Amino acid sequence: MTRLLEVEDLEVGFGDVSAVRGASLAIERGETHCLVGESGCGKSVTALAIMGLLARNATRRAARLSFDGQDLRGLDERGMSRLRGDRMAMIFQEPMTSLNPAYTVGSQMAEVMLRHRGGTRAAAMARAEDLLGRVRITSPGMRLGQYPHQLSGGLRQRVMIAMALMCEPELLIADEPTTALDVTVQAQILRLLLDLQRDLGLAILLITHDLGVVARVAHRVSVMYAGEVVESAPVEALFAHPTHPYTSGLLGCVPVPGKVARGAPLGSIAGVVPRLGPEFRGCGFRDRCAHAAPACAQTIARRAAGPRHDYLCRLEPGLAGDAR
Amino acid sequence: MSGGGLIDVRGVKRSFRVKQGLFAAARHVAAIDDVSFAVAPGDVLGIVGESGCGKSTLARVILGLLPPTAGEVLVDGRRIAQMDRRERARLIQPVFQDPFSSLNPRRRVRDIVAMPLDAQGDRAGAEVARRVDAMLERVGLSAAQGQRYPAELSGGQRQRVAIARALVLEPRIVVCDEPTSALDVSVQAQILNLLAELRRDLGLTYLFISHNLAVVEHVATEVAVMYLGRIVERRETAALFGAPAHPYTKALLASVLTPEPGLGIPDTGLGDTMPDPSNVPPGCRFHPRCPVAIAACRSQAPALTRVVGGQAECHLVAS
Amino acid sequence: MRALRNAGLVTGALIVGAAVAIALFAPLLVPHDPFAQDLSRRLIPPFWMEGARAGHPLGTDQLGRDYLSRLIYGARISMLIGIATTIASGLIGIALGVAGGFFGGRVDDAVLFAITARLSIPLILVALAIVSVVGSSLTVVVMTLGLLLWDRFAVVARVATMQVRNLDYVAAAWAAGCSKGRIVLREILPNILSPLAVVATLEVALAILLEAALSFLGLGVPPPLPSWGLMIAEGKDYMFFSPWVIMIPGVALFIVVFGINLLGDGLRDLLRTGRVA
Repeated sequence: MTRLLEVEDLEVGFGDVSAVRGASLAIERGETHCLVGESGCGKSVTALAIMGLLARNATRRAARLSFDGQDLRGLDERGMSRLRGDRMAMIFQEPMTSLNPAYTVGSQMAEVMLRHRGGTRAAAMARAEDLLGRVRITSPGMRLGQYPHQLSGGLRQRVMIAMALMCEPELLIADEPTTALDVTVQAQILRLLLDLQRDLGLAILLITHDLGVVARVAHRVSVMYAGEVVESAPVEALFAHPTHPYTSGLLGCVPVPGKVARGAPLGSIAGVVPRLGPEFRGCGFRDRCAHAAPACAQTIARRAAGPRHDYLCRLEPGLAGDAR
Repeated sequence: MSGGGLIDVRGVKRSFRVKQGLFAAARHVAAIDDVSFAVAPGDVLGIVGESGCGKSTLARVILGLLPPTAGEVLVDGRRIAQMDRRERARLIQPVFQDPFSSLNPRRRVRDIVAMPLDAQGDRAGAEVARRVDAMLERVGLSAAQGQRYPAELSGGQRQRVAIARALVLEPRIVVCDEPTSALDVSVQAQILNLLAELRRDLGLTYLFISHNLAVVEHVATEVAVMYLGRIVERRETAALFGAPAHPYTKALLASVLTPEPGLGIPDTGLGDTMPDPSNVPPGCRFHPRCPVAIAACRSQAPALTRVVGGQAECHLVAS
Repeated sequence: MRALRNAGLVTGALIVGAAVAIALFAPLLVPHDPFAQDLSRRLIPPFWMEGARAGHPLGTDQLGRDYLSRLIYGARISMLIGIATTIASGLIGIALGVAGGFFGGRVDDAVLFAITARLSIPLILVALAIVSVVGSSLTVVVMTLGLLLWDRFAVVARVATMQVRNLDYVAAAWAAGCSKGRIVLREILPNILSPLAVVATLEVALAILLEAALSFLGLGVPPPLPSWGLMIAEGKDYMFFSPWVIMIPGVALFIVVFGINLLGDGLRDLLRTGRVA
């Protein structure tokens, strides 16, 4: 497997707030990489920074930001928009952010194809119909002529996925794609994404706060907290041996049917996610951490906890995990 | 069959008039269709179902905020619809899902928590202040936070304010409508622990509405599964999660993604048809999505059948 | 302090603030009695023109009254009419709009009918008719405009109330046992004031312009009260040889209305972005 996307030391700031503080991640072809964390941890900003979709008041810096060997840092807006929707595509929690209510499903899907690949409108429509079938929408020919508001939430999500796949992207970034959906529909959409990944060899960067989703779909997981990737590991290793105190704390918060005794309190992390400025040094989690010590205010080195498993904490592996 | 509970819901129906288009005739859509159950004092009844199944409408009917179209809701033996508003407020209180829209942005936290006491109209200022202070402390908020406006608090802190407002009159019942759905997992755990603690200490009865089955399993003593306005299965929590009877309950449980790697994404077997409250199918209303439907399901509505720890509405359970 | 970064808002606030201050302290500011006539000093031009005289920086009118003093007193009349009219129309419009939005059903149907009826009345024509029948005075002008300008308040208050009524904190207030009056006053009204404040600024500007129009047509405030509209009307016979007699009140009118509108727009921007997400 080759690395399709490489991000090193990404920093994104909005004025005096550092949203992303030196995040690194790499995605291989055909891999599902989950970026997990609570609201405000910088996971969505990371995705937007990769896609070059940050708001104008944001500043982006990175030691490395490359897609299939191509450096994205020097690419201008025209170069980025040639990549977006073609070789890399993004889907969102709210499908109406990417669907235009004034155009039919078919014409928006065809437009993506015509813009990046050219060809005839008829061919683009045929591909759109084929893809709607692939995302298991019944009677796709009829759906082509419908407007987004005529579809249910689950159907819109499928249409958005189909639209993202029009040009056979190599990388799909999905930002909380199932968070607004019912559990039954969520399961259907996730199954669909995994099937498509297998068939098309897609690399998926899935952003979510739901550890259940992470456990079931990820190959690799990066846990973000306060703008940093505090732990990154293959999914089995992360759930079996969470090493960063935040990761183990987070896992303890989730009620698991049959695991936590009823009536017993759930694990929880006191306090709230901090907003950090550019001058902040050391571990961003120290104010909420049971293991905090004065040494946590110094710059922390990234450590290895096992094969392809690293974390950002001054503690030895095995010491932090006992918070569970 | 139901009776003697602290909350007693008897044959409640609630429909809404909807008009689609300027000249279309108004139609009646049943959000709740003949629902009956009772909740014993100290119990937690979890209500689960997909969006649009009628669970939030049911919450509002039980709170007395919406009159039922038919049937009645008795709370502590009296009809909630006819109760004096002050008396009703001392008996049953809500906690809503979104702590951003459930607190008046123009009022300070203290005033929000004091509102139910002020509405009683007979409480002295000093007593109100004392009760508010005690309540804020009880839910883990400082006196300084009491002086703030909701916008200055985090989501978890706002939900604590909402809980303080609900409990300041010392009601016997709290209706929690998706109280943690808008919160992060670490905060969700804090709030769930707080609710559990308060129930134990104050002897509260909860109606706990959620789409998160893992959360319901953790907090509820009994669970009702709603589908298109009806309760299709209602059983003790352990029985329901251990051996679900209704095919819809089975599908819901199968869809729960527990944080266990390697299990993959389950196939719910539900198909693509979505339930539409304005177009309820004949027979069993779940049959178009049911993976195990038989001929009878298409024509005949199933009867309520006793199962271990409760009851379910399904032809296959009956036979 | 985001407000200070909005240039339009600051400019508007300064203009309106100055106009209000001038109106309040008019007796202290005027160099001459604005009503004192002196026929030997008729139509003296302002300071930047030939023939200007010290003591009359903006010249005098056709009756020899000091134009600066009349302009300053005119600000008084204009601001008074703008604000009094807006208060009257605001009370009517907000009461109707909130009632319709809060109660819905038949009440709302009645409110909607009233708004539609009001919108189908030609404003200037009816105002003219009323004033010409009842006779013109400051009170009559304020009452007439107040009874006619409530429609925008009603429309905005009605829609805002409908939105707020369905929010969970209103449901929580019902559940807490609050009375209807308490819910309207404590939960709904404070949360619809921002859009209404924007409407109010627009109405002040509109009322000032309408008063000027009525005065110009001879049916506004009666002479010798110095309203800006009346000053333009009185100067129109002299506009060919002494154009400044209509230019000066015209510019004053423009600046104040422009300032109010800047303030309203700035306020709207501020309130729109002011929502904490």
